[in-house]
Amino acid sequence: MKKFAVGPKLAAAVLALFVVGCAKEPPPPPPAPAPVAAPAPAPTSQIIPGSAEDLRVNVGDTVHFEYNQYSVLDADKATLQRQAAWLAKYPGIKVTVEGNADERGTREYNIALGAKRANAVKEYLVSLGVSSARIDTVSYGKEKPICSESTESCWAQNRRGVTVIASGANS
Amino acid sequence: MRKFASVLIALAAMALSQPASAALQVDVNQGNIQPLPIAIPDFVAPAAADAAAGQNIAKVVRADLERSGLFKPLDPKSYIDQISNINVAPNFQNWRVITAQGLVTGQVAMQPDGRLRVDFRLWDVYGESQMLGLQYFTQPTNWRRIAHMVSDAIYQRITGEKGYFDTRIVFIAEAGPPLKRVKRLAIMDEDGANPSFLTNSYLVLTPRFNPTAQMIAYMSYITGKPRVTLFDLETGRSEKLGDFPTMTFSPRFSPDGNLVAMTLETAGNSDVYVMDLRTRKSTRLTYDPAIDTAPSFSPDGKQIVFESDRGGSQQLYVMNADGSNQHRISFGEGKNGTPVWSPRGDLIAFTKQAGGQFGIAVMHPDGSGERILSNGWEDEGPTWAPNGRVLMFTRTIRGGRGSQIWSVDVTGRNLRRVATPGDASDPAWSPLIQ
Repeated sequence: MKKFAVGPKLAAAVLALFVVGCAKEPPPPPPAPAPVAAPAPAPTSQIIPGSAEDLRVNVGDTVHFEYNQYSVLDADKATLQRQAAWLAKYPGIKVTVEGNADERGTREYNIALGAKRANAVKEYLVSLGVSSARIDTVSYGKEKPICSESTESCWAQNRRGVTVIASGANS
Repeated sequence: MRKFASVLIALAAMALSQPASAALQVDVNQGNIQPLPIAIPDFVAPAAADAAAGQNIAKVVRADLERSGLFKPLDPKSYIDQISNINVAPNFQNWRVITAQGLVTGQVAMQPDGRLRVDFRLWDVYGESQMLGLQYFTQPTNWRRIAHMVSDAIYQRITGEKGYFDTRIVFIAEAGPPLKRVKRLAIMDEDGANPSFLTNSYLVLTPRFNPTAQMIAYMSYITGKPRVTLFDLETGRSEKLGDFPTMTFSPRFSPDGNLVAMTLETAGNSDVYVMDLRTRKSTRLTYDPAIDTAPSFSPDGKQIVFESDRGGSQQLYVMNADGSNQHRISFGEGKNGTPVWSPRGDLIAFTKQAGGQFGIAVMHPDGSGERILSNGWEDEGPTWAPNGRVLMFTRTIRGGRGSQIWSVDVTGRNLRRVATPGDASDPAWSPLIQ
């Protein structure tokens, strides 16, 4: 693993997080694109460190929220701690946190709620030492669902904050 | 971009007989009315070349009046008489036999200067008298607008209320699978005719007309940073409104068209602002850490209704246009949002969420007299016809199976789907076209 300069406190935190990270089931990867011709999909071991895929697969890009709430859940704090550590490791990367809501709200209200969720994720990352200048936010309200059934399980998946790379990724 | 050439209306001295004492009328305020049987034969065309125009205009008038729920246009196959000359009184007996209470006769004639002349008369079949006679001159391509103006004149003469057929709807045209929805700004006539797309395939939401129906304010994601944007129908150009560092959304014009009320999000918190389009200066109106959004002006411009969850759940609030005197007006069941003030001023329409359902409801501006007009899995976002008698709204089908535009009378009657080219949402009704 590449060496990087961190204070002892943060290094300890990172170490602790890796333990948590291993115990926790990683979020399911998004469905693969339809197979085109020959080349087999790259095995996970070939994920480029500091890439969008690294963030999505190895760190975890998504946290979830309770109905009509925007506080970061205890269960998701480990994911955000991994994100903060990863961002510390790749200081050239800037991210956008996308706030999303389920369909059970009116359009404008959900846009406002998504903004509160994105901001809550941002504030948590900032509290872990990530510069606020590296984190932008955007709300999609209920416009970008990842699950279209009208069920509690789908709504829970759609109530989410997703950290995506805005610039500076390795590729 | 503007398609409508000017239309000349002559309130001609066309009366063959004295106007009737208004025997033929529809009281639109009754809870349960019988649609008025009316006969609208194809408009007479003395020149064979104009026959199609005469048929088309009559067809659009029949469809307009039927759609209102207040009229029952009779099947032309049932007519006993043919109209061949609109300048002689009809044989009323033969129209009574087929149960017609109203009769519209009309004529189209191309003029030497290339304009189309359209005349029509509205008859009270039982009173045996003419109620209305009007004459229009226009470009032949404008025939649909003339038809809607004829419908508006008939509607107004019989109901005493202004019509709403000569209007347009701006809306969001939706396409694609539920998880990859494409949403485009689109516009169409009130009856669904002449649809056209105004933007390409990026996310846009919540369009609203200005009072002249020449400008549309909407929320655009085109830059990746969602902002309130203005679309000029004359030039076809879009322009970001203001230079805000963070998200702006839910725009709504003031009744004089000089202001846009909207929401500005800062560090996650949404508050209501007003921007003056002449000076481009913005003024903050709400200061609550809760969600404040979805502002809508009263027709006199002196007050704004908006939604806020500052009391713990999403509810309707009213404030003065300068932000003073903010007070809650909705105290009924459930959550209430997306308020829109009626152009008549007497009612506020909104989305009600209660019992697992989303419906459209109205209440008086003081919060009294709440009435539910529609109930669905997800009915939301009402918009008023310019006469304050009809509403359109978005109906989303459960399970990601798309969105449709529906309309309902303010009495709760005449709930029906509005024709759109494909899935559609977020309708906004224009004022009467000038």
